[in-house]
Amino acid sequence: MAVFLTKDSKVLVQGMTGSEGARHTARMLAAGTDIVAGVTPGKGGQAVDFGERRLPVFGTMAEAVAATGADVSVVFVPPRFTRGAVEEAIDAGVGLCVVITEGVPVHDTIRFVARAQAAGTTRVIGPNCPGLISPGQSSAGIIPADITSAGRIGLVSKSGTLTYQLMYELRDIGFSTAVGIGGDPVIGTTHIDALEAFQADPETEAIVMIGEIGGDAEERAAAYIEEHVTKPVVAYVAGFTAPEGKTMGHAGAIVSGSAGTAQAKKEALEKVGVRVGKTPSETARLMRDILAGRVRSGGRP
Amino acid sequence: MDLYEYQAKELFARHGVPVPRGRVASTPQEARMAAEELKTATVIKAQVKTGGRGKAGGVRPAPGPASAEAEALRVLGMDIKGHTARTVLVEQATVPFEEYYAAYLVDRANRTFLAMVSSEGGMDIEEVAATRPEALARMPVDPAVGVDRETARLLAGRAGLPEEVQGAVADVLVALWRVLVEEDALLVEVNPLACTSGGRVLALDGKVTLDDNAAFRHDHEAFADPPAADGTAGLEARAKARGLNYVKLDGSVGVIGNGAGLVMSTLDVVAYAGSGAGGARPANFLDIGGGASAQVMADALEIVLSDQDVRAVLVNVFGGITACDAVANGIVSALAMLGEQGVRHPIVVRLDGNNAEAGRAILDAARHPLVRVVTTMDDAAELAARLAAA
Repeated sequence: MAVFLTKDSKVLVQGMTGSEGARHTARMLAAGTDIVAGVTPGKGGQAVDFGERRLPVFGTMAEAVAATGADVSVVFVPPRFTRGAVEEAIDAGVGLCVVITEGVPVHDTIRFVARAQAAGTTRVIGPNCPGLISPGQSSAGIIPADITSAGRIGLVSKSGTLTYQLMYELRDIGFSTAVGIGGDPVIGTTHIDALEAFQADPETEAIVMIGEIGGDAEERAAAYIEEHVTKPVVAYVAGFTAPEGKTMGHAGAIVSGSAGTAQAKKEALEKVGVRVGKTPSETARLMRDILAGRVRSGGRP
Repeated sequence: MDLYEYQAKELFARHGVPVPRGRVASTPQEARMAAEELKTATVIKAQVKTGGRGKAGGVRPAPGPASAEAEALRVLGMDIKGHTARTVLVEQATVPFEEYYAAYLVDRANRTFLAMVSSEGGMDIEEVAATRPEALARMPVDPAVGVDRETARLLAGRAGLPEEVQGAVADVLVALWRVLVEEDALLVEVNPLACTSGGRVLALDGKVTLDDNAAFRHDHEAFADPPAADGTAGLEARAKARGLNYVKLDGSVGVIGNGAGLVMSTLDVVAYAGSGAGGARPANFLDIGGGASAQVMADALEIVLSDQDVRAVLVNVFGGITACDAVANGIVSALAMLGEQGVRHPIVVRLDGNNAEAGRAILDAARHPLVRVVTTMDDAAELAARLAAA
């Protein structure tokens, strides 16, 4: 089954004619994604060749959706145009809009997330995220497709490379879907949204959750797990050594006063029975132990 | 980017939030001149981006120009919680009759803006929230609608402000909303928002955090700190100029990696390894992002190795889109570019992911005397911590 993205997803790439957009379109096609077209304002009517495949370019999302029946869009446009691109995707009614762009102003994100919520028809993932992959089926974003295999673990993470690290360490077991939700202070899809989807997905047996300093999303996820998740969950939290008041790479990764520390997140997760790895490798080991039935971790009994 | 009080007040004034008259000064003489120009009793306020400066003696009354000069001499250079006061704000002294609180901030959990108004100003707002929650009104703001005068008036009423000042406070709240939206701020906070005995409402202090991601549509460069004379800020500025994301920390193990999460994790694993091996700690955060060309790697190594505290370096790269053989070639070229003079400390390299074995083979074949290749992140951190402590 996988969550949010399957082999049946028909994908548009907003910004496909740009260098990043073109490069990752080729990679997504290689990963099996059914990309049906690109969208670039002012370039409607053109086409781009990707090896054997010739993909049409539309000038607007509305035209692209009407012509192709696409239900997913991946956004690679520069920060200053991102809000417009995402709002177009929402208005065109795609069910999933994956915003890869890094450096989107928070005011813009708040505006398009509010619009998506009001419309009630589009799930936004990101911004500033690597996207998501359902190995063997489809990839929407920039997660390398060749480091893991299809399987029974669901993964949700604020960090791209830590996602890759865990996917790689557990590649023999494999993943139903790995979702990179992004490291910005305001994001469209949260840990809780992904946990809810994995809990409902019959192909997902266990969940890896990767968090980092800043905000209280992990604490809220812990409360959600206690109430609603029966599948085992293991977690990893990055940023124990981060000093207060410094942004650590991701715009949202900042400890403010005593709020948003890695320690508080770890304690909140452990309090509800979730095992938290000290290192990414230990986190992978914990997952193996759980799947082998050697230990329990999280989830309502 | 956090602003100094005087910068926040510049923005306030630009959008119609009333503030006391004031001048910024960086020498005692300038402070005297500012007081002479203002022609009133003044207060000398240390400009530091941290709270608690009043308690630290960073805010001092100065009835005239001579005392303004004397107080500025005491305050300039003062250290307040690790922040040095390089400038002071010389401001018209204002006696508040009552003190309130007003702020807008990004509410990450609810993914919107939150307005907070309180009748209890001049103190820690978290304490007010804990001890007198009825004195603090909180209201989410619909970003598509914003804060109009009616909403602002409602907020002032809910916060328990006296009827007769609600109108004036509402005007300030509407103007503050303009500051938030038109300047792309993530936080605007006025504490205290003063009401004088004459019924005038004005911002006695101001805190503004601007969104760096929105810099492209603003003219905020003037607010950036000039590069400091000491080497630390110099390293951060040099890294920034080369497009590298670098934060100086206080340990001895230099860290270079790709991806913010992986680098944060690497710092933790180094500190964890160090706790069992001579107490070594990470010296910095450095994210080289996607790709890892020879030039990027050379820039990164050059920055980290010019930190005088660094005794060993850990390069931790996960090869995803950029495969490890390309990363290894980048490292080999970078070491050649830096030469023997540039590389004086051991470098532990851990490559994992795509083509990791090929990458490690390239590094082994290069036989650089200071490079050690380790397979796992945990072992690499352990070795780097040990080498740094030796």
